[in-house]
Amino acid sequence: MFRWERSIPLRGSAAALCNNLSVLQLPARNLTYFGVVHGPSAQLLSAAPEGVPLAQRQLHAKEGAGVSPPLITQVHWCVLPFRVLLVLTSHRGIQMYESNGYTMVYWHALDSGDASPGTWSGRVLVFDIPAKGPNIVLSEELAGHQMPITDIATEPAQGQDCVADMVTADDSGLLCVWRSGPEFTLLTRIPGFGVPCPSVQLWQGIIAAGYGNGQVHLYEATTGNLHVQINAHARAICALDLASEVGKLLSAGEDTFVHIWKLSRNPESGYIEVEHCHGECVADTQLCGARFCDSSGNSFAVTGYDLAEIRRFSSV
Amino acid sequence: MSVRTLPLLFLNLGGEMLYILDQRLRAQNIPGDKARKVLNDIISTMFNRKFMEELFKPQELYSKKALRTVYERLAHASIMKLNQASMDKLYDLMTMAFKYQVLLCPRPKDVLLVTFNHLDTIKGFIRDSPTILQQVDETLRQLTEIYGGLSAGEFQLIRQTLLIFFQDLHIRVSMFLKDKVQNNNGRFVLPVSGPVPWGTEVPGLIRMFNNKGEEVKRIEFKHGGNYVPAPKEGSFELYGDRVLKLGTNMYSVNQPVETHVSGSSKNLASWTQESIAPNPLAKEELNFLARLMGGMEIKKPSGPEPGFRLNLFTTDEEEEQAALTRPEELSYEVINIQATQDQQRSEELARIMGEFEITEQPRLSTSKGDDLLAMMDEL
Repeated sequence: MFRWERSIPLRGSAAALCNNLSVLQLPARNLTYFGVVHGPSAQLLSAAPEGVPLAQRQLHAKEGAGVSPPLITQVHWCVLPFRVLLVLTSHRGIQMYESNGYTMVYWHALDSGDASPGTWSGRVLVFDIPAKGPNIVLSEELAGHQMPITDIATEPAQGQDCVADMVTADDSGLLCVWRSGPEFTLLTRIPGFGVPCPSVQLWQGIIAAGYGNGQVHLYEATTGNLHVQINAHARAICALDLASEVGKLLSAGEDTFVHIWKLSRNPESGYIEVEHCHGECVADTQLCGARFCDSSGNSFAVTGYDLAEIRRFSSV
Repeated sequence: MSVRTLPLLFLNLGGEMLYILDQRLRAQNIPGDKARKVLNDIISTMFNRKFMEELFKPQELYSKKALRTVYERLAHASIMKLNQASMDKLYDLMTMAFKYQVLLCPRPKDVLLVTFNHLDTIKGFIRDSPTILQQVDETLRQLTEIYGGLSAGEFQLIRQTLLIFFQDLHIRVSMFLKDKVQNNNGRFVLPVSGPVPWGTEVPGLIRMFNNKGEEVKRIEFKHGGNYVPAPKEGSFELYGDRVLKLGTNMYSVNQPVETHVSGSSKNLASWTQESIAPNPLAKEELNFLARLMGGMEIKKPSGPEPGFRLNLFTTDEEEEQAALTRPEELSYEVINIQATQDQQRSEELARIMGEFEITEQPRLSTSKGDDLLAMMDEL
């Protein structure tokens, strides 16, 4: 059972984008950072454990060429082994900041014609990030997708069994599974079936993909085989998140529902299995983002289109 | 964001405008021939070939303010006139109706069915005018050609672009409140029951497979909603049963439609930003307006046809009152064209926007690649 906790007010409502909530847990400082895209601005805010809001700031996309203010497409904290970067993407380019959003360390402009932003080409850009400082370099461009990329999921390199390190998803529903190394290698491709895949997660060699038709699919990353198909939502899925410590998956849909699932492997066959844990209806709210707020999956937060607050839930 | 959104936005908002005007013309007992003339004139201006050509060019969406200017001109394409307060109310109703339709579309692609519903009904208004009917059919053909082949992903992007356009708009509409599709806080009700979209399964089933793709286990779970399978898919052909009711004329019953314009609330934050910012329209928007409206062929009022004023409110007093009490942050200020560098250019545009007649213009010197001046030369 989950109960509705105190909401965190936002200065502006959340935009109708997918994966529109990023959460950075800082347990050592008893803080949680939240990031939400409003439109031309992204809001970053920090909150104390009970959801008491502490500080708020707004970031804007760099103007670049063109007249109208660019719309931000995603805000996300990338947790790397030795540092955390805040990444802001818009059709004009990619901006990277130190995790508190105060110092911009890198700006990569996407070449855009009048009506065809670079991100739409389906390229995956790989950057080399040093442990400190702004010396970020574009190291590789991966070709694997023809349609715009919707989401990327990674997990630290596993042992012998799980070689897949990264999964990329696109608007056509295609998934590409990669192994990292001095260069990235494409391991396998999982074709789409006519609907976009807005959100993807990777956990212990299990790929969880959320689709525009409301289904969640679980694939074996090494083989690309489909092992579980869930008719999870009545509208498009907008976000997936993982509580990696316990293998819990969170799915949020435009149908106003959030569901929590427990991923596991059958002890005999080794096949991927899943169990439904909990469902929550956020009345009259077309959800656009959802994240666990702790790694054991005991609390989560959601954002919704036109909603000027972050709704939080925790288990009782 | 999608560069193919404008035609859908424009046609659906235009459709809602015609529904509302039709209802008000009947409510105000305007004689049948005059009412028909007004609708015919507006529809024929809207579906004018040159105008449609400009509309269908891939381009970004412009601001609500810029778009309103186009509809104000359109609404005055005939012998009918609207006061500011009525034009404001008309635009409020139009935008909230289409926002509702976009939000409630089961699939992103269904926004095309909503557009077809509007056009099907518009054809009903001009049943007796074959030339205008042809224009509308031509637009229908263009729609099927351009949008018929778009992927689900592209429609999802169009949907997101539309929703961003309508973000933070929470005007309460009495008809929506009465029908319980809108809450008192201005948010629309999102039902968790009814048919699922075409192509979506009813939630509640988990299927597990082995390495050979054979189903080995099946579990049901409690989803929380009360959904049933979709009955059938709507038609995307030129003619056909659209199945979806969104976009059909909800004003066909004679009933007064109130809009409640809520005052200051934090939800209006971004809406406020846009209207209050003391900036004249960006050059891009001016160019866009010039291009679009330059393509509008407004007929000269022929003969001694007396004009009349349409009131979106029940009485003149109500209309006056509405004008006085409209919250500052929701005012659609009349476009201010700043006469900056090019005095002549600004005057030309002001003329286009202000007048109904398009007359000969003295040739202006053009600078390369300047859309606006190039447009002037064509007049």
